[in-house]
Amino acid sequence: MTTSNINWIKLAPWLYTAGLFIVWELVVRAFAIPQFILPAPTRILEAIIQFWPAIWKNSLQTLYTTTVGFILAVVFGLGLGIAIGWSRFIYAGLYPLMIGFNAIPKVAVVPILVIWFGIGTIPAVLTAFLIAFFPIVVNVATGLATIEPEMEDVLRALGAKKMDIMLKVGIPRSMPYFFGSLKIAITLAFVGSVIAETVAANSGLGHMMLAAQSQFNVPLVWAGLIMLAVEGIAMYAVMAWLEMRMTGWAHRSQLAQA
Amino acid sequence: MTQPLVTINDVDMRYGGADGLLAVEGLTLDIAKGEFAAVVGPSGCGKSTLMKLVTGLYIPQAGQVTVAGERVTKPVSIVGMAFQNPTMLPWRTTLDNILLPLEVVDRHRKRLRKHKVEYVAKAEKLLETVGLKGFGEKFPWQLSGGMQQRANLCRALIHEPDLLMLDEPFGALDSFTREELWCVIRDLHAAQGVTIVLVTHDLREAVFLADRIFVMSARPGRITKERTVPFARPRELELLYQADFNDVVHELRGNIADARKAA
Repeated sequence: MTTSNINWIKLAPWLYTAGLFIVWELVVRAFAIPQFILPAPTRILEAIIQFWPAIWKNSLQTLYTTTVGFILAVVFGLGLGIAIGWSRFIYAGLYPLMIGFNAIPKVAVVPILVIWFGIGTIPAVLTAFLIAFFPIVVNVATGLATIEPEMEDVLRALGAKKMDIMLKVGIPRSMPYFFGSLKIAITLAFVGSVIAETVAANSGLGHMMLAAQSQFNVPLVWAGLIMLAVEGIAMYAVMAWLEMRMTGWAHRSQLAQA
Repeated sequence: MTQPLVTINDVDMRYGGADGLLAVEGLTLDIAKGEFAAVVGPSGCGKSTLMKLVTGLYIPQAGQVTVAGERVTKPVSIVGMAFQNPTMLPWRTTLDNILLPLEVVDRHRKRLRKHKVEYVAKAEKLLETVGLKGFGEKFPWQLSGGMQQRANLCRALIHEPDLLMLDEPFGALDSFTREELWCVIRDLHAAQGVTIVLVTHDLREAVFLADRIFVMSARPGRITKERTVPFARPRELELLYQADFNDVVHELRGNIADARKAA
């Protein structure tokens, strides 16, 4: 084979991202789109540099609220998921409630949180938590509910208690589902915290974007969006890495090739 | 005469309440200690129900099941089980999978940590017996289907059960692997003196391996025929191609056809 040694698959994410920005830049310039409609990437970059101290501070705030909300979601999601997967009674009782709860737009919950906790960090943390915990619960419960009946028979015939089956089989088995759900949950957590920051906060990217919008500083609004995307991708990558690290056995085809 | 290891006496088992499905009715059989028994029958005849009754996973509504002189009212841990699906846990090595029952059975779980070396040696010896020497550190998904089924047998035997219940353990394997595993089971039975109950739909498998074969009728299941297999042990695979072997298979085939018609 005479192909070059460049790993195009590894390069692809960077190439596509660069491509998107280049096309974006060209379109804005070719059609002379005014910057309050769609600023060019170079203009957004300028805004990022110009407002860096504010962007940095608000990005950290958003990262903080998102992470705290996400950690709460992991703790509660894991606990509730195990409870639901453990007992058919809890499952039957809680599942409809959870579906109903998940159907509620979280933006509608923020005003209630503001009444309870005031404007600030707490509503953002709680919104991130509320939006992120559902996929974790569902995935953990699914992992537990799909234990092979034969496996359960083998262990029960040996005198295993429900607790043994959960610890030896159920919980390890649900871990790939759990770590998979973290990737969904972390991106949802960003959605939650930014919604809350937009409605009721004094800091954070959501707040910053809203303030920039009211001053018609459209490049800064876009700069906020870009920062959110960057944070989202970074946290997703952390979760994906964690997933590979903790449950490599579930990704054996990739391992076998390595 | 010595007391049989397993006695099933006039057992009815119905699923899902008083007017649920009657799986077995008036089931009566007994299995002597050290015997190799096979249960054959048309599909849906309650063979798997029989397994679960003997292991204490189900408690019958009528009649009684006795294992080792005690009436079965809860799961009996002197039984090892293996199913068609090997159900190895993918996050454990083959060796750790085999040791799993020891972490569950009461009399072993307390000793396991202290006597780990001894138990590991035992598991490795079992692996060697089934032809998997040196595969203990591999993960189950690195093994072929036949190898997983061998490991599954080791897991069923690690806690030295008096009774081994096999539910169509070779059903999903190709015919060459199946014949190899017949020999593995035959040798395990000869070497360890364990009592084996094999549930199968493969008549040649039943005749080759068992001392006694029970034919079950379609639902509700009951024993319609009991056939003693006359061939001397140790049996070689050559036996499969002999005329008197085929006569027994043929006869059983006829019995099953009757059992299906009767349904």
